[in-house]
Amino acid sequence: MNSVIRCEINGEEREVLADGRDTLLDLLRDRIGLTGTKEGCGNGNCGTCTVLFDGEPVNACLVLAGEASGARITTIEGIAHGNVLDAVQQALITHGGTQCGFCTPGIVISAVALLDRKRAPTDDEIRHAIAGNLCRCTGYDKIVEAIRSAASSSRASAP
Amino acid sequence: MQERVKKDPEREFRVVGTRPIRPDGADKVTGRAKFGADFKMAGQLVGKVLRSPHAHARIKGIDVSKAAVLPGVKAIVTRDDFKDQGSEFVPAGEMLVNYRDVVRNVLAREKALFEGHPIAAVAATSEKIAREALRLIKVDYEVLPHVLDAVEAMKPDAPVLHEDMITAGVTPPPTKASNVAKRIEFVMGDIQKGFKDADVIVEREFNTKPVHQGYIEPHAVVASVSEDGSAEVWVTTQGHWIVRAHCARLLGWDISKIRVTASEIGGGFGGKTVVYLEPLALALSKKARKPVKMVMNREEVFRASGPTSGANIWVKIGAKKDGRIVAGEAILKYQAGAFQGSPVQPGCMCAFAPYDLENVKVVGYDVVTNRPKVAAYRAPGGPISEYAVESVVDEIAEQLGLDPIEMRLKNAAKEGTKAAYGPKFGPIGLVEGLEAAKGSPHWNAPLGKNQGRGIAAGFWFNIGGETTVSLQLNEDGTLSLMAGTPDVGGLRASLSMMAAEELGVDVAKVRPIIADTSSLGYNFLTGGSRSTFSSGMATVEAARAMIKEACVRASKLWEIPLDAVTWEDGKVRPAGDNAGKHEAMDLGDIAKIAGKTGGPIVGYSAITAHGAAPSFGVHIADAEVDPETGKTTITRYTVIQDAGKAVHPAYVEGQFQGGAAQGIGWALNEEYIYDDNGRLENPGFLDYRMPVASDLPMIDTIIVEVPNPRHPYGVRGVGETPIVPPMAAIAAAVKRASGVRFFELPMSPPKILAGMKAVKANGGAKATT
Repeated sequence: MNSVIRCEINGEEREVLADGRDTLLDLLRDRIGLTGTKEGCGNGNCGTCTVLFDGEPVNACLVLAGEASGARITTIEGIAHGNVLDAVQQALITHGGTQCGFCTPGIVISAVALLDRKRAPTDDEIRHAIAGNLCRCTGYDKIVEAIRSAASSSRASAP
Repeated sequence: MQERVKKDPEREFRVVGTRPIRPDGADKVTGRAKFGADFKMAGQLVGKVLRSPHAHARIKGIDVSKAAVLPGVKAIVTRDDFKDQGSEFVPAGEMLVNYRDVVRNVLAREKALFEGHPIAAVAATSEKIAREALRLIKVDYEVLPHVLDAVEAMKPDAPVLHEDMITAGVTPPPTKASNVAKRIEFVMGDIQKGFKDADVIVEREFNTKPVHQGYIEPHAVVASVSEDGSAEVWVTTQGHWIVRAHCARLLGWDISKIRVTASEIGGGFGGKTVVYLEPLALALSKKARKPVKMVMNREEVFRASGPTSGANIWVKIGAKKDGRIVAGEAILKYQAGAFQGSPVQPGCMCAFAPYDLENVKVVGYDVVTNRPKVAAYRAPGGPISEYAVESVVDEIAEQLGLDPIEMRLKNAAKEGTKAAYGPKFGPIGLVEGLEAAKGSPHWNAPLGKNQGRGIAAGFWFNIGGETTVSLQLNEDGTLSLMAGTPDVGGLRASLSMMAAEELGVDVAKVRPIIADTSSLGYNFLTGGSRSTFSSGMATVEAARAMIKEACVRASKLWEIPLDAVTWEDGKVRPAGDNAGKHEAMDLGDIAKIAGKTGGPIVGYSAITAHGAAPSFGVHIADAEVDPETGKTTITRYTVIQDAGKAVHPAYVEGQFQGGAAQGIGWALNEEYIYDDNGRLENPGFLDYRMPVASDLPMIDTIIVEVPNPRHPYGVRGVGETPIVPPMAAIAAAVKRASGVRFFELPMSPPKILAGMKAVKANGGAKATT
């Protein structure tokens, strides 16, 4: 059964036709072509499909598209501030925190969610915030460094 | 935190050795980078694979008639759509593949040989219809007894996977088929004599489980075959020329008709060097006359791709009281999975490679089992055999009361050492690595309660191989660089840096891409830690060709002989005073005169890269073992490794840290768990537990630089060695933390707890298995 889902995606009101069995991940990737959100496992274990759902990080593969009705969704495509990368994005590039890049969108979202609620997290808090995001390339070091640096840089002083 | 140890005063570099940002960075942090599953073609169908539910079964019949008439089904392929292939081995990374087996791995023929073995593939207008079609395919199986373990599979009464497989490497050849594909042997000196001279001999048996490469991006491909039979393939792979070769062979098509484009690759670690979906997608597309997209789900990745071998290893080492090793012997039995071709050969070659020994004997067995065919995984074979050898070296050091670094320094391979597998090493950095470890803050730091520290060394060969790079000088003086080895760890950045270094331009002026198979000459795959080495060598050669051409153009413009033109500091200049007065020109100036002095300027290099040099590593691990739960936490970790020359040090560190993290998972948690029917019980990231951020400490790195004399900048491959030492280093750390020496991976909490209880019951530090 198809139905129309109305929600806000990256600041735009959207009306999307979705199958009742679609996940939010299907809706984003297949229905509206926002392929920045990745599918690594499809059952909530890898975190590559992390998006902000009303400001909270969730695995889009575990959310039914129907649940997104009326919600405010932010995907990796909606994180940069116009032409300026978010400090987390910039720091991941500068610190070598992205290698193959497949887990990176999910990591960015988890880190942004962390820094939105905590301006100066400890390394332990950073590691726990991204513990749901598997990365097989980096050993997480440079990701943690990047998030730490983003926290102490312009992001902290951003409005 | 990072330090660097350099052996020689080196050439001054301007770009190499700095840390510019990567050209693929912005796309990766904004979600714009296109990975395998992100590509879409208008009108594409969805392809799905029917897989065997049985570990071992004869396929008596496949009936697709009901599925074929389901509305929306556009094509079905089975074994009947692929011609059988004769036995022929071809290289794929550091491994060999046999087309007889490749065709059978892509689609089962006589038998299903593992749970998850593809039986048929369907292309339909939607995923739902494709899945429904799979349910409608009726397969008549005769279920056979199965065998999963290498030692079990070698027994005379074991179920035999391939009725025609006669063990190679044994004289006289056996008359009966068995699961042992091959026996190999490396002998140097006289081990009997060596053991006779030994003051101490330690002999141990080890077991390891298969572990998966664990790339986060599942396999994905889009294939489109045109009406004239030419084909486009978009795929996530470590080697698109290899994909092209395998597909052309399996389908009987001309290589020139298949154009393969490598997408961004979401991790491979060796696992994306073989074909699984690609020939199926092409065959389906040809039949359906439409593009076909196929994406594995995570469960399929676990059940049917990779992993590396589980193994049984026996090691015996004899040493003098002063720690000098006088004999080393090992027997390795590696699971190959359903088809021959485990990495037991490199396993044998690596086993004692870190040491300068006189008497060595290593025997290896390549054993087929009812599991997915193993694929390369980062230094394939090496981590398994070196884990066992390094663990015994650690035990001998302990018995002799020697510092484990001193013990290794006493035996370390160095320039001129003859390796047991044949060659003499050139300049290598093991001694430098051990010295760096000895002087590191980590090695000398105090330990806490329930903590122990371990150290281990590791070796990997590294390879070169066929490589093509094209460097185009654009009209505005910028440069386009085409390479053909997919970028898994920052290759494009490193190649741009090497081009910029050579040409005297800003690194941002060089835009690198990974070209498709029809746009550039042949490239062997990204594997064997070869891409920065080989594509880097070709990039430097291409740049030098461009410089030569720039000189030619200047000589034409200035109307002076070519030998009166020189290239210095990024500019062509008159060679001396009598060459006349001419304004020096950089590449931007040369670009402007290209058209009127002979046409476009392209630097091109098509080579077989020789001179790859091994990289040795030394890892220090601190483990804390919880005596209540048996849980091991790695509290501190340092990777020390010879990079030859680190082109982009941050990405070298990234390789060190990533490899160490994979090794920590291998040591402590990761394993395949099968039920009694040969079905995988943990085909997901919840139960196949890879390290997450909160499991790991910061991983310190020390880059050792002993230049490789056979690379223009001294580069060695660095990608694989970092996964070799962790298992032994952690086992040694766990021993010191818990009092128990383990001989089995993974050292998961229940095993550690049981081991600690047994030691308590025995009242001493008794070894367990």
